[in-house]
This record gives sequence, structure tokens and C-alpha cells, in this order.
Amino acid sequence: MEAFLSSLVSVAFHGIAYGMILYVISVGLSVTMGLMGFVNLAHGAFAMAGGYILTSAISRFGLPFPLALALAFIAVAAASMLLERWLYSRLYDAGELEQVLFTIGLIFMAVAAAQVIFGMLQRPVLLPDYLKGQVPLFGRDFPAYRVFLICVSSAMIAALWFGVERTLWGAMVRAAVDNRAMAQSIGINTRRLFTLTFALGSGLAGLGGALGAEIIAIEPSYPFAHLPYFLIVVSVGGLGSLRGPFAAALLIGVSDTACKYWLPQFGAFFIYVATIVLLLWRPAGLFGKRS
Amino acid sequence: MIRSIGYGADPRVRIIEWLPWVAAIAAFFLLPEYLSLGARILTYVLFALSLDLILGYAGIITLGHSAFFGIGAYVAGILSAKLGVTEPLLLLFAAACAAGTLGMATGAVILRTHGLTQLMLTLAIAALCLEIAHKATPITGGADGLSGVTIAPILGAFKFDMFGKTAYLWCLTLLFAGWWLTRKIIYSPFGATLAGIRENRVRMHAIGVPVYRRLLTVYAISAMIAGVAGALLAETNQFVGLNVLGFETSGELMVMLILGGVGRLYGAFVGPLVYLIAQDVLAKQFPEYWYFGIGLMLVLVVLFARGGILGMADALAARLRNHT
Repeated sequence: MEAFLSSLVSVAFHGIAYGMILYVISVGLSVTMGLMGFVNLAHGAFAMAGGYILTSAISRFGLPFPLALALAFIAVAAASMLLERWLYSRLYDAGELEQVLFTIGLIFMAVAAAQVIFGMLQRPVLLPDYLKGQVPLFGRDFPAYRVFLICVSSAMIAALWFGVERTLWGAMVRAAVDNRAMAQSIGINTRRLFTLTFALGSGLAGLGGALGAEIIAIEPSYPFAHLPYFLIVVSVGGLGSLRGPFAAALLIGVSDTACKYWLPQFGAFFIYVATIVLLLWRPAGLFGKRS
Repeated sequence: MIRSIGYGADPRVRIIEWLPWVAAIAAFFLLPEYLSLGARILTYVLFALSLDLILGYAGIITLGHSAFFGIGAYVAGILSAKLGVTEPLLLLFAAACAAGTLGMATGAVILRTHGLTQLMLTLAIAALCLEIAHKATPITGGADGLSGVTIAPILGAFKFDMFGKTAYLWCLTLLFAGWWLTRKIIYSPFGATLAGIRENRVRMHAIGVPVYRRLLTVYAISAMIAGVAGALLAETNQFVGLNVLGFETSGELMVMLILGGVGRLYGAFVGPLVYLIAQDVLAKQFPEYWYFGIGLMLVLVVLFARGGILGMADALAARLRNHT
């Protein structure tokens, strides 16, 4: 019984850590899809970029871990702002097919670029000493890195929710998600709002990729391999919502970890079945406003 | 998008439409050392045709078309390697039935949704198939792939030879049948309603078209054709790898179709031809740059040339005509 309980706690803990990372990476996707109606399949490439920035900043330039995290966020946000201005914005009015193809093209390019620059192998993360080892909590030992990860993600999520629900910028974003034309007609500069929101969402993805580099390995196939998970989080959670993807990400994080722990022979089978069933039950997602 | 091909146009086969077939037969005699590449191209043309039917004509966006290709390949492969069924025509028939059933079952589900949900569902279904094939090692061979596929001579007379002559002609025959069927569909009133649904779904509802049933029918037909293409791959390669079910296969297929031109019927011929030949020449030497090039090409096609190669050819022809 004690052994079972301890594995239960361990699965819940690792699952939550994984879910948090999934959420930090995917929330930007939910907002850009809800706000701009843009199907950005290349979102995972931003997360991968964040991971590569972190690992190289630490191993090549010897930056301290927190600084490398901040750098991952800022660099990815800045790069995505340029991408949005030059490329994405041309396709806001195009059909879904064009957006899908365009972003698949970006994925191909990102994967190839990562292979050329960083090689095929997985990049190891050099953790600082204070994130190695265990932290005693409630009479049990937990890996320090994952505790740190859950704390940082929670802080980020709290800041994000406060920003969206309590500030003027957040009110403008919500207005534009609900009714873009109306928001525009009362004088909200939706163009600028899009760019800023896109940059924030991509920056968060970069941060998530960097933060979770230990859990979701940074390798060139990253944007393809994890795309289903990011999309599941967004579509099960509901487009344009903040809380929906959070619930979905935790659900997926915990159930995926549980499946891999107790039923490894089935792999990701149950996740996909659950996604299909959930989407049939609620096509707009758990908390979605529209599909 | 499509103006010259479809219901209302003259349904007789124009002379230029025989060009691909003449070229394919000429290639058989002139380029004997490339026949295995040729068989691969023909298989992918058939696969691309099936995607064009739902993507280009009915406007269903899917990220999981490899599910049907894969199930076709695996059904043919498993029947031959594990159950000893080696009759090629029977294998194709079984693959078509299996893929058609899967298409019917999954189509019944995904065609009720739209937008991101639909995209996600197609992706999830293909990922599910991949996961099953990956984990059911005793039946599918898992990550090692399914080997030991043996194929009897076609109609008891034509043996698959090591030069790939039989394989090439066999693929060409089936592609011709697939082309004939697809063309018939496109020029029929049924095909016209598909284009109508793509352009304006609400209006098609309003004039009394059973939209859902039409989409489901074409989805199942497309799945069957994709299944036959998959089975052809299994028969000509005598091996089935996990990658037939992967997202990369769906992605690559989409790239081929976009490159050739969507919703033009012959885009499905031009795209795989150009893509696979380019891949044969370039990909082995510069794998990373190859993928980068593919990505760049997709981005450029979307931004500047939405009709693909055939679209550009049309635009060029129109400009020349205006000048003279």
C-alpha cells in the first residue's frame, strides 16, 4: 500500500510538472488561434528555439541558468515579432489550408536549421548545482528541478492570468477575441495588439521549451514530435481561453505520465483515444467559445 | 481556383490528358534503370490523387491522410506475411475495403466538426493508428517494420521481377484506374456538389444538398484509393515500415500536392514527379538542406504561387495569349 501511495504521489508530481510545461508552451497557441484565428502549427518551433538558446547560452557562454531562461524568452519573443510582421500577417485573411501549409513549411525549415546548427543529437542541459538533488517536502523527497519548474510556471501563469483578466491590455485582448470587428471599431489598434500578443505567446513558448528542456528533450524533431500534444492541449481546452488549456494540460500531463508509468505497453494510445472522445463530446473543447 | 476542370466542362478526354500516360510508357522503354523510382512515383501519384479529391475538390483539410495509406499497406503486408495470402489483386481489394471502412468510420466522426477540431481529430486518428502499429509488434513487426511480404504473380502470369518492370506496369495500370475513377467523379454532378460545398457550404445546404452525406462518401472513396496506393507500396517494396503511418508522410504528400497544384487533378501528377525526382537527386547528398528547401518552397508557394506549378504554367500561358 505504501509503495502504491508513493508511486501515486510520484506520478502526480511528475505529471503536474509536465502539464505545467505543456501549458506554458501551448497557452500562446491558444491565444493566437483564438485572437487571430491563425492555425500556427509551427508553435513548437518557438519552444525548440527557446530550448536551444538556453542550452547554448549555458554551455557556450557560461550564462547562469535564470539569465539564460530570460534570454530564451526575450530572444524568441523578439524573433517572433519580426516573423509576425513580415510573414504571418500576410496570411491572416488567407484560408485555413494556406495557414496550415505555411506553418508546416516553417516547421520543415526550423527542423533543418536545427540539424545543421546543432546536429542530430539531443542537447543536454547543464543544470546549476542548486537545481540538482532532492528537496524534502511533507516527509518525501522531490527532485529540486521539478519543484523549481512548478514554482516558476505557477508564477508565470499567475502573472499571465492577472495580465489578461485585470489589466487594460488584457481587456483589449479579450475584447478582440470575442469580437474583432467591434474591438477595432471602438478604436483598439488590433494590428499592434496582434503583434504584441503573438510575441508574448511565442516568448512564453520559448520560455516553456527552455524550462522544460530536461523533460521534453531538445532535438531537431521537436516541433513535429510534440505538435500533437500542443494541439491537443489547445483543442481540448478550447480556443481563446486561458483556463481551459490549463485544465487540459494538467489532465494530459498527469494521464500521460500515469500511462507511461503503469501501462507502458500502450504508449500514448489512451491519450489519443481520450482526445477523440472528448472532442466528439465537446467539439469546441472543455471551455471553448467556438471551435 | 479551378475553372477548366469540373462539372459543366466538356467531359471528353482532351488530347493533352493522354500526355502523362504516353510519357509514363515512354519512360518504361527509355529509362529501364529508373523503374523502381518510377513505381514509387506512380504510387505516390495515386496517393496524391486521393488527397486532391478531398482537399482540392471537397475542401476537407486533413493532417492524417497517411492513416489510410498506412492501413492499406499494413493490411496487404500482414495478409501476405502472416496469413499467406499472396494474390496481388486480392490484397489490393482487402486493403481498399479496410481503408474504406476506416474512412467511413472516422469520416462519420470528423466530418461533423470543423476548423481546428477537425484538424486535430485527423491528426489524432493517424497518430492512434501509428501507435497501434508501433505497439502491436507480433502482428506488425513494430519499429523494425514488416518484412517477409511475398507476392504471387499477377493473374498467375506476370511475376514481380528484380528490375521492377512488372511492378512499374502494375502501378501504372492501377493509377490509370484510379485516375479514371477520380476524373469520372470530378466531372459528375456529385463532383459539382463537392466543389459547391468547398466554396459555400451554407448555400449548398440551402439548395438542398445533403452536405454531410456527400462529404462522407467522398471521404470514404478517397480513403479507399489511398489504401490501394498503400497496398501497392507494400506489394512493390515487399516491406512495410512504420513511417507509412507517420505525420511526415501526410506532410510530404501535402507538399507534393501543393507543389503540383491543388484541385487541378493533374497537380497530383506533377507534384510527386518533381518532388520524388528532386528527392532522389538531392536528398541523399544534402539531407538537411533538402528539408530546408522543402520548407522554404512551401512558404514561397503559399505566399506567391498558390496554384503550384500548374497554376504558374496557366498564368504564364494566359499572359502569352494576351500578348499575342
